[in-house]
Amino acid sequence: MRNRELLPLNTLEFTLVVALGSFAAGMLGSLTGLGGGVVIVPLLTLALGVDIRYAIGASLVSVIATSSGAAAAYLREGYSNMRVGMFLEIATTVGAVCGAFLAGYLHTSIIAIVFGVVLLYSAYASTHTLADPPVGMVPDRIATMLRLDGSYPTSDGLKSYHVRHVPLGFGLMYVAGVLSGLLGIGSGAVKVLAMDQAMKIPFKVSTTTSNFMIGVTAAASAGIYLRRGYIDPGLAMPVMLGVLAGALVGAKILPGAKVRTLRIVFGVVIAALAIEMIFQGVRGKL
Amino acid sequence: MTDADSGAAAVGGKADDKSVEIFLGKLLRWGVLLAALVVFVGGVWFLAESYDVPENYRNFRGEPAELRAVSQIAHQAMALRPLGLIQFGLLLLIATPVARVLFSVLGFALERDWMYVLLTLLVLALLVYTLTSGSGV
Repeated sequence: MRNRELLPLNTLEFTLVVALGSFAAGMLGSLTGLGGGVVIVPLLTLALGVDIRYAIGASLVSVIATSSGAAAAYLREGYSNMRVGMFLEIATTVGAVCGAFLAGYLHTSIIAIVFGVVLLYSAYASTHTLADPPVGMVPDRIATMLRLDGSYPTSDGLKSYHVRHVPLGFGLMYVAGVLSGLLGIGSGAVKVLAMDQAMKIPFKVSTTTSNFMIGVTAAASAGIYLRRGYIDPGLAMPVMLGVLAGALVGAKILPGAKVRTLRIVFGVVIAALAIEMIFQGVRGKL
Repeated sequence: MTDADSGAAAVGGKADDKSVEIFLGKLLRWGVLLAALVVFVGGVWFLAESYDVPENYRNFRGEPAELRAVSQIAHQAMALRPLGLIQFGLLLLIATPVARVLFSVLGFALERDWMYVLLTLLVLALLVYTLTSGSGV
């Protein structure tokens, strides 16, 4: 916003700047496992002065691109639990619809402040890995009724697990959906919280299932954003292509990358962006 | 049902699921690449026509009607309008997770798991609703 007068860019220059920024975001997002969506909105609003509604629309598109693009790699592993994913998807899509509707009524400053707070949590969650809770050993009545229990391949054969605390997980997933629809992010951090911590689903199963869910949730929000005129083709084009190319390159160089250092650096960057978003939101500048 | 029974059922289901899922993963990747190609072509065309226009994303105007509704976007793309092409590519992209949900309905139907056919149809209905009538405000 401060650069408003300094940047009279023409469309070509603007597109190239956005594409380069999105490429970096996509690459960092795939290397750290946090997704590129979290930095697209601050990048567009804080650095380039884009209206937050356009920024969220473009970000949603990039979230779908990374989710569907990575699905092939995830599905081959055979970890994802389709029943858990589809059951929880009801909560996230309903949440996403609510969040997207809410975005049409809330003042953009409020959206910016909520965004900043969620970003701060993501930064915290990315640097403090939660202890993997003990996998559920006791059958849960609701999970059994919904046939949510599953098994996954480990080095010593198939290992089965029981899913716990279904209502709590379902409720948290609704929140993840609302945040996704309101802010145009994948809400991966909240989804992992719901599946790992609340429902006691093994880490590998929850991350792969979450990747699938992120795409479906974002598609629900994107439909509403598109019909409301929040998705601008001229802006979404460089964001989508940039994030996708960045994610592909990130996945290629991942094996040799210093992931731990990257996560800390990325966490600090996200935290700084979060504070700036909250600050600008409070000032009513976003 | 004993643990051994449920374990065996899960293993059997998993084996079938896996080949379907690998096929689905490839399908999604091709869908994304096709969407990216359409967006790229539309984007190059758009830039060739209006590269020197000053950008203006600070002031929110909202997109015109022809770039909002599915049928109108398809119409614009058929007429080879660059912005319509980009928007059509984005629609293809939004369709990839919808396609995955659709295939899950078929997958659950093959397993004769009617409860999950119903739950998945509910998710599909929500997605179709947002794309066709969830215009809001």
